[in-house]
Order: sequence, then structure tokens, then C-alpha cells
Amino acid sequence: MSRNDHINESILNDEIREHQKKNRTDHMKYLPDMEQIDSDIMDRVLTAMNEYDYDKYTEKEVVRALNKDNLTPEDFAALLSPAALPHLEEMAQRAQQETRKHFGNSVYMFTPLYIANYCENYCIYCGFNCHNKIHRAKLTIDEIDKEMQAIAASGLQEILILTGESKAKSDVKYIGEACKIARKYFRVIGLEVYPMNSDEYRYLHECGADYVTVFQETYNSDKYETLHLAGHKRIFPYRFNTQERALMGGMRGVAFAALLGLDDFRKDAFATGMHAYLLQRKYPHAEISFSCPRLRPIINNDKINPMDVHETQLLQVVTSYRLFMPYAGITISTRECARVRNNIVNIAATKISAGVSTGIGSHVEDLEDKGDEQFEISDARTVDEVYKDLTLLHLQPVMSDYIYV
Amino acid sequence: MDNTLKKDTFCLGGHEFHSRFILGSGKYSLELIKAAVENAGAEIITLALRRANQGGLANILDYIPKDVTLLPNTSGARNADEAVRIARLSREICESDFVKIEVIHDSKYLLPDNYETIRATEILAKEGFVVMPYMYPDLNAARDLANAGAACIMPLGSPIGSNKGICTKEFIQILIDEIDLPIIVDAGIGRPSQACEAMEMGAAAIMANTAIATAGDVPAMAGAFKKAIEAGRTAYLSGMGRVMEKGASASSPLTGFLEEQE
Repeated sequence: MSRNDHINESILNDEIREHQKKNRTDHMKYLPDMEQIDSDIMDRVLTAMNEYDYDKYTEKEVVRALNKDNLTPEDFAALLSPAALPHLEEMAQRAQQETRKHFGNSVYMFTPLYIANYCENYCIYCGFNCHNKIHRAKLTIDEIDKEMQAIAASGLQEILILTGESKAKSDVKYIGEACKIARKYFRVIGLEVYPMNSDEYRYLHECGADYVTVFQETYNSDKYETLHLAGHKRIFPYRFNTQERALMGGMRGVAFAALLGLDDFRKDAFATGMHAYLLQRKYPHAEISFSCPRLRPIINNDKINPMDVHETQLLQVVTSYRLFMPYAGITISTRECARVRNNIVNIAATKISAGVSTGIGSHVEDLEDKGDEQFEISDARTVDEVYKDLTLLHLQPVMSDYIYV
Repeated sequence: MDNTLKKDTFCLGGHEFHSRFILGSGKYSLELIKAAVENAGAEIITLALRRANQGGLANILDYIPKDVTLLPNTSGARNADEAVRIARLSREICESDFVKIEVIHDSKYLLPDNYETIRATEILAKEGFVVMPYMYPDLNAARDLANAGAACIMPLGSPIGSNKGICTKEFIQILIDEIDLPIIVDAGIGRPSQACEAMEMGAAAIMANTAIATAGDVPAMAGAFKKAIEAGRTAYLSGMGRVMEKGASASSPLTGFLEEQE
């Protein structure tokens, strides 16, 4: 399927179609409070993605890539092409070897904590979008403390703090306070919040956070514009340069993802890999990781699905990331079921969440159901259950491999 | 162990060791650590301080036998200052003066930064640490490390985790020949035969992790390395036999004319 006619009908409804027709702001133009950095990475990634014609690859290029020690972007492009599908078993075998070489049998465990679900964006596939009628909530500092205490009691040492994207409701200081509390209970603190400026990342780093995850969702800016109808998130280049601003602010690691199923997944996965690859070349010390989310149903739209990204294609993307950047971390989402997660973690993923809820205030009983969830999860296993399943796969669950300095 | 090796020891910061096999503790299942240490006969085991939990599940510190010397490393440090901070923390947590300095500013190949490593070594040696610096085998850097107070020099054979063997062989030999400290080959050794080769060259010890951690049978591979390291050491102490590089002795000696003097 060519990228121009790729429309995921499962996301759309009449209200959204109506909104898409209205006059909309320029999604490529920075808003006044947004930091602009001097970087050519976005142009290079978008050029590479636009030139990527996955139909031109044949078995010859795929086999060549599979026989190399160090893969070039061209090899990565071949592995993501349809011509690589008949070689998926071989890709998985090679991916497993590379994962073992770089990580041994270690698999890192963590859990996300949603501290607020207020959002100013209108992303039509997301349960938190500002037009979706859901219960909104924000944890108080005390509630964050209680939630973190409850999570730490499960034995985890790594936490990922999330908010909806509302700088007004969840300002930088509030997120900073959450990081300071997290420092009491956890060794590793990651953030998955709205993109911000490098000085704000520096502040949050000082508060204890060291990892920043931002999903670009899709790297096709024309498609991006039709999916992100309002809010700061609408500004494509500001979101694109988030990881670089985070590194400039002193963060140790950054994570990349396209939400597979929004647009042509091969192009999006290729762009995601190139984004990470070019940034690592510019910042050699940066710890790079990938997430591999597929679209999921949300409250008020249970039909949303990732279209042509089936499990086979998901595995192709994951193993391609592994072979292209063997030293990168790969996180496997609770959007996938236990069967898929167990298998992917055995092949290529290095990080898995456990005891997950995407709602607000779900780890302590008296806070139950304070705010609705972002998306439906497919793997409700507890920390103990995931731990046990990993050991059955002869993998070693690791709670912390990081020190804050 | 054969008789040659029974009295053969080497010294790090005033501590004497018999075993010349330093074992890593990463990348494999925690419950195998004890058996690996036993089969390796290791007296020193490394630990990335960043792997040590604050309580929680699967704390690696609970799995390391108490009768071996713990060698914490500073992995995660990107410059000298971070290495110094991690070393000081390791002294508190592990109650050990031993520290392996790893300063890495490259997440792809994990190659060490010699300049920052020298800086960290200088600071920590003054603070009384037994400093064991991981480095890229460069003679000038090794001399600087020795002058800065390092207890040994730990050059890499090839990139960490690559199991590619001693790609830097000629340069490690130069360090062995020129530096008056134990040279411990660290990183890249993928097979027992490569460990043996390094010992034959005159290395004081071998540090290995990935080769053992990624083996099908971790404790058995630890045992295989032990034997190879001992074989290599015995060979070195025995004096290696001569290798004829260009065939047998020449039938017409070049110095024959000296006999022809009138």
C-alpha cells in the first residue's frame, strides 16, 4: 500500500471528519514559547524516509544484510522491506544472538505511573485527547508518594512517570516534585510527558530523572497534521527535536517510537531507526532505546486497531531495530498480550513493564479509578507473574542497571 | 593446579592473589554466579555498582559469594568526575577499596576514554583506592596511568562483549614488555584459547564476562577458562619454545666469511 492512500478508518468518526475539514494552524511553525535548536537531523531523517522505496528490495539485499556484522541504513531498509518477510525466522535467530551478546539474558523490569491525564491536544486516536469525554484527574503530591510506595513494595526499582500533555495542569515543577519523590523509592526514573525545552529537561534531570521517552507517532508530517488537530503536539518539528533537547539538557538516555498503524508502518519504522541512528552519531554517549507500540482501542472507540501491522510485521520491525542497532534498548508494550511479549522479550526486547495500569491512581486502593485510562492494555500480569515468566524463559529479570550521578 | 603455579601469585595494591582469572557477574542468571565462581576458581569478581539494588527483587549483591574479593566497577560513568563519584559510593556500599575504573563516552562500542580514565585514576589513587583502570592499549596512556598510581593496567583485547579475541595483541605485548605493573587483559576475550594466548604472552591475569555469560553451560565454561588460563601461565613460566618463522637454519650462513680470514 502506498503511503498517500493509507487511512486507518478505525480511528475516524463524523465529529473528527468535521474537525479535519476546518481551517487548521500551520503544524510546521513553532509556537512562541518553543525552543528552536540548530539541528539538521529532522531534514536528514525525512529525506531518507521519503526516498525509502521498500518495494525495490529483493532477497539479495536482505541476505546480504543478514550476513553482516555492522548494518548500514541501507541494510536496515532491506530488513524492513516486504522482501525480508520470508527470512523472518533467520532475522529472529540473528536478533536473539545480538541481544544475548550485548545484554546477556538480562531483561529490565519497570512500571509506568500515570500521575495526570489532563491533555490539551486533540490526537484523534488517543483516549486522553481533550475532546474525549473521560474522567480527568491529577494526583496530589501525597497521592504520588502513596502510589510510588505501593509500586516500590512490589520490588521494582525503575519507574516511568507519565502525564497527559497539559503544561497548564501538570507543569514542569509538578513533574519535578514527582521525580523528587521517585528518588526516594526508585533507582531509575524515566519520563514520558509533553515535550519541553532543554532548560526544563535540565531542571528535571536535577530532580532525578535521566531518561526521556517521546513517541513521534508518525514521521509523515502530512499524515501527522490530520491526526493531531490541536494543541502543542500539533507542532511536528518541535516534537521531532525533543530527544535532542533532552540530551542537551543532560538526560542520559532517550527513547523513540512510531505508533505503528497510524500510517505506512515500514516508512515509520525506517524513520524511527534513522532518527535514533543519526542522534546517536551526533551524541555518542546517549543511551538509545526503542518502543514498538501498535494502535489500541480507547474509551469511546473500541474499534481502533493497527490495520496491516499484524504480529508478523511487529516482529519484523522489532528484529530490524535490533539488528540495525544491536546495543539499543527495546521496550515491549502492554499493548501486546503476554504470549507476544514473552516471545519478543526472548528474541530482542530488553525491557518489559509489569503491574501496569494506564489509569490515574490505580496502585493504591483508596485512589482506585480516579481518572480513566489512556488505552486498553492486553497484559495485566503482576510484577511477580512477569518475573516468574521471565525466569521460566531462562531470562534474568533485572530491577536496576543504572546509577544517578 | 600443577606445582609451577602453586607458589605463583600476583599482587594488587598489597593484596596477593593466586587465581589469575577475574570473573564478571553480569549478563547471566544470578543463581549461576556461585557455581561459576567455584568452577573458575576465581578470587576476584567484578560487579557493576549500578546493578546493586536498594533492596527490591533480584539484588545481585545477595548472590555473590562472601569469600571472594568484590571488584566494583564504575560502568555508567561518562567522565572522570562521575567515575570518582561512583567509586566513592562503591567504597561505602561494597566496603572495598578495590575499584575498576570504566569511563565510557560511547554507547555503541563502549570504548574507554583513556584521558578521563587517567584523571579519575589520579584522584582515586590519592584517596587510597586500589585502582584498576580499563583502557585502550596505548603505551603513553599506560605510562600515565602507572604514574597516576594505578595498581595494574587493564587493556582491552577487543570491544566489550564482542568475543572477538585479542585484536590488539601487538599493543598489549608492548604494555607487557614496558610497564612494570600487572597487565590484565580485559574485554573481548571470547574463547578459552584466547585467554590462554594472552597468558602465554605474559599477561598477569584475564578478566572475562560475556564469553562465560553467553555460553550454553555457564559454570562449565568458567571451568574451561580456568584451565586455559592456567595452561597459558604455565607455558609462560616455562619459557616458550622457539618458533621458526622462515624455515630451518640457512645452509650457507651469512657469517661464514669470518672463517675465511687469511
